[in-house]
Amino acid sequence: MRRFAIALAAAGVISVAGAGVAFTETMDWGKYQAGDKRSGYTYAQPETRAMQDDEFENPGFLLMESATAMWSKPEGAAGKSCADCHGDVSSMKGVATRYPVFFKPSGKMMNIEQRINQCRTEQMKAEPWKWESDQLLGMTVLVKYQSEGLPMNVAIDGPAAPFYEKGKAFYYERRGQLDLACSNCHEDHSGQNLRANILSQGMPNGFPTYRLKWQKVGSLHRRFKGCNDQVRAEPYKPGSDEYVDLELFVSHRANGLPVETPSVRN
Amino acid sequence: MKRSQLAAAVAVPLVMALAAGIGGGSRAQAEDLVAYQIVDGAIPKSLTGKPGDPAAGEATAVNRKLGNCLACHSLPIKNQPFPGDLGPDLASVGSSLSEGQLRLRLVDSKKINPDTAMPSFYKVEGLHRVAKAFEGKPILTAQQVEDVVAYLMTLKGN
Ligand code: HEC
Ligand code: HEC
Ligand code: HEC
Repeated sequence: MRRFAIALAAAGVISVAGAGVAFTETMDWGKYQAGDKRSGYTYAQPETRAMQDDEFENPGFLLMESATAMWSKPEGAAGKSCADCHGDVSSMKGVATRYPVFFKPSGKMMNIEQRINQCRTEQMKAEPWKWESDQLLGMTVLVKYQSEGLPMNVAIDGPAAPFYEKGKAFYYERRGQLDLACSNCHEDHSGQNLRANILSQGMPNGFPTYRLKWQKVGSLHRRFKGCNDQVRAEPYKPGSDEYVDLELFVSHRANGLPVETPSVRN
Repeated sequence: MKRSQLAAAVAVPLVMALAAGIGGGSRAQAEDLVAYQIVDGAIPKSLTGKPGDPAAGEATAVNRKLGNCLACHSLPIKNQPFPGDLGPDLASVGSSLSEGQLRLRLVDSKKINPDTAMPSFYKVEGLHRVAKAFEGKPILTAQQVEDVVAYLMTLKGN
């Protein structure tokens, strides 16, 4: 706990030296960059990146351990485990690169969290996991981790097209008392400092992420809510249609960047 | 100093009146905001009809819940770590812009640059999904706008 607090403090101090920014602009970020697209990793402090890269330091891996145990544990009235139907968890390789996807039965887009809960309620006859619970976050991390390093490849044609348009409209619409759109911060001013925070491009490829500020792993929708709150806008509920459509837009925007779950961010 | 203290004393009833209007349960309507005129990219007249208080203006500019200018700008203030750089350093803005230009900049930056990231500090119309706690309220009161304008006018560089 204390170590994280120190890391956070150190991170703040370093961003004061504006030189760090210029340095990151010219660096070759390898797989964390795809053309002009850059993962949040490339805007994070060196200590934060080191923490992400170290499996023993990165709290996302701890959460994943309990999810791994859960994968083969039967639950619900059907008496099934994930493993009973899906075999080894490595069968999930590549899945996360395609999400959110259009789900015919609901006629809407569905993200990984919702897909997992769909299997719990429909296939296992078990209770859905609560949004932001360690179980749902852990299983989401586990499923996404199977695609670690693979490029995001989200489709927006066919039935996904109208939902993509909604997500896009959300992204470019100013909101809240401060009247700012996502694009004002993450497109117009990425690489610049909003106080001590270096604005990234707002890419979703590392979620769920361990945030030093949260001292916890959190979902992409929690981050959306935070970004709504800070402009004094009324947020939506995690898992709402609005946030899933927004997730579709930002995930497609990240196409080409590698899945980086579980990431660590300031 | 004495003069600004006097200005602050005069300002109190005004601020209280505004606060009472907002706190009274009913949402402040656009009509509650002071009307102003834009002339050649500036709002020449004070929103309160009086000059603001630069000391109060500095406090408002720095306050994270009010101006929060340091989120995006540097100001020539000691002990204010981590200023942002979305917007320019304001150290000499009092010599490059007129009082009226600064007033418009604060009241509604989008009148100067529709794509700006700078919030409109004195505006309640045309906003989308404002959080309940802030609905119908401008970020700054007319008095606070005048105070910040007065403060910015003291920033002449060095
Ligand atoms: C006032 C500026 C601002 C606005 C507007 C804003 N954000 Fe952010 N956002 C931030 C800051 C600061 C961070 C943390 C540093 C960073 O990664 O940019 C952040 C982080 C993020 C991240 C995490 C990136 C990562 O690599 O972990 C995502 C995703 C994100 N924002 C999406 C959005 C979306 C979608 C919107 C619109 C609903 C939005 N943001 C609006 C300031 C903003
Ligand atoms: C009774 C069988 C069954 C169980 C148990 C089950 N699933 Fe599924 N799962 C399915 C079926 C069927 C699909 C749909 C396959 C398809 O669309 O091709 C699916 C799809 C998925 C997908 C999306 C795969 C893709 O390619 O889009 C994920 C992720 C997933 N399941 C995770 C889980 C997790 C995690 C658990 C345990 C909590 C679980 N499932 C339990 C049957 C099951
Ligand atoms: C969310 C970021 C943000 C905040 C907060 C913000 N500004 Fe700005 N400001 C900007 C940007 C960006 C510009 C650059 C010009 C533009 O975008 O039109 C700017 C420009 C200005 C200018 C014009 C400077 C020039 O040389 O033309 C002034 C004056 C100014 N801001 C004052 C303030 C004051 C005073 C506050 C606090 C009450 C404040 N700003 C808060 C983003 C911000």
